[in-house]
Amino acid sequence: MDYEKKAKEIRAEILKMLFACQSGHPGGSLSCVEMLMALYYDTMKGLDPKDPKNPERDRFVLSKGHSCPTLYAILADLGYFPKSDLASLRQLHSHLQGHPDCKKTPGVDVNTGSLGQGASVSIGLALGAKVQKKTWKTYAVLGDGECQEGLVWEAAMSAAHYKLDNLTWMLDYNHLQIDGSNEEVMDLGDINAKFKAFGWEVYDVDGHDIKAIDEALQAPHNGKPKFICCHTVKGKGVSFMENQFGWHGSPMNKEQFEKAFAEQEV
Amino acid sequence: MGKSLRVAFGETLAKLGEENENIVALDADLANATQSKYFKEKFPERFFDMGIAEANMVDTAAGLAHVGLTPFVSTFALFGAGRAYEEIRNSVAYENLNVKFAFSHSGLSVGEDGGSHQSVEDIALMRVMPNMRVIVPADPKETEKAVRCAAALDGPVYVRVGRPVVEDIPELDEKPFEFGKATVIKDGTDAAIIACGLMVPIALEAAKTLEAEGISTAVINMHTIKPIDAETILKYNSKVKAMVSMEEHSVIGGLGSAVAEVLAGNAGAKFSIIGINDLFGQSGKPDNLFAEYGLTAEHAVEEIKKML
Repeated sequence: MDYEKKAKEIRAEILKMLFACQSGHPGGSLSCVEMLMALYYDTMKGLDPKDPKNPERDRFVLSKGHSCPTLYAILADLGYFPKSDLASLRQLHSHLQGHPDCKKTPGVDVNTGSLGQGASVSIGLALGAKVQKKTWKTYAVLGDGECQEGLVWEAAMSAAHYKLDNLTWMLDYNHLQIDGSNEEVMDLGDINAKFKAFGWEVYDVDGHDIKAIDEALQAPHNGKPKFICCHTVKGKGVSFMENQFGWHGSPMNKEQFEKAFAEQEV
Repeated sequence: MGKSLRVAFGETLAKLGEENENIVALDADLANATQSKYFKEKFPERFFDMGIAEANMVDTAAGLAHVGLTPFVSTFALFGAGRAYEEIRNSVAYENLNVKFAFSHSGLSVGEDGGSHQSVEDIALMRVMPNMRVIVPADPKETEKAVRCAAALDGPVYVRVGRPVVEDIPELDEKPFEFGKATVIKDGTDAAIIACGLMVPIALEAAKTLEAEGISTAVINMHTIKPIDAETILKYNSKVKAMVSMEEHSVIGGLGSAVAEVLAGNAGAKFSIIGINDLFGQSGKPDNLFAEYGLTAEHAVEEIKKML
């Protein structure tokens, strides 16, 4: 796969969706494109757009649920639903809700949006696989601001306690949240050291380098849950959005959309 | 010989574990108090102590339900319905997942631990969520029926159980338990008391006093608070001249509110809510607390006489 071309196509879809609904979250959607691509195109097993509930499939939890345009664009690209549905994002009666809804969207495994909860639900998924002696894996993508939720650390503690070596969390570490940088709002400190101390196997990669992410996803768990710190750029791929916290949840005007879309060269 | 509703819950859960291998149980370091310990002892591989972390316990249960298991989540009512409210709301009820909540230590009857541990608002918190069903059993035998009913229903159910040892109510237990359908323990033509949980025997006592004074009083056990049995409420409302509800819960948002919601726009008889009058609890013996907060047969008698 031409990762660069595919990433641009995904970003173009995200921009179209967010421009159409004049709401939603561009910054964090653009930062996790390569992370979700590594999962959906290279890593996760048992995915079948014709049988989205295949019980043997790997599970994915977008714990930073506000970045769902990225997930929707990839699910549409894989054929879970027609690409033309993407234009209905956030509209009344659309199956594409403002935050993921597994009852409505084919291919979405868990409802998320309230930060911390997806990460915590992923514990139950991984534990459930162990109880049922299944070999499928659970993956979750968390936001950096999300890690300020105490629930994330309750979940992190329980993952190590139950030795969930079938669980991987990936951090979209773009360093920005609604009110400013993580460092200004509530510093995460040495996040890798914290996960290590919580009993996780920790990897650290460039979150826009799909090959590097793939390698970390394939790397050993060593009997522990796995944490991959993915260093990313908020608003990645749109020159005027990169590293600007103001683009966490702001709509684009026509001129901005045209410029952003043109930069994807699709 | 009496038994607490929490023990009845724990024993029933262990029996259900034998009958259905899909049932798993989670507790937050309170298995010895909520009595999920019976299940833990029998099925250690299907029991998960999640530590003192209720929010993660609820979400973990949601994940387990996602893969087809039937989790029973137990803790104290305040830490479940209160602390983990949003996890129950967003991770379980919003998705209509098959997670069962059996929260113990509800109401004033927690006793000596005091107001910090006495949940007077859990019925309201659980009732307001779409998809959630709420059952408040009155005695040990009805608790077994309620827990079995929760297991059999698809989707989220809250079963509210209490701490103290109580006696079975023979005139209740001889009647069938039907989810969503109130049990009319005794009929009456002048007044009706709609009660739930530990207020049911007190309602029967009040009715006895009233009957002795020639006031024919019905006693209705509203074990299912949601969905509420509107038919029985309206039937008695048009039949009697005075109606009260009794609950070991705030007068705001609980059984009384559910009855008032049915009666709104259907005004017939007068109606009065007996419950905890928008107050927190405090330390004390359960019986003394019931007296202090007006959860007594005397109060019910007085309220009914005021309306007649």
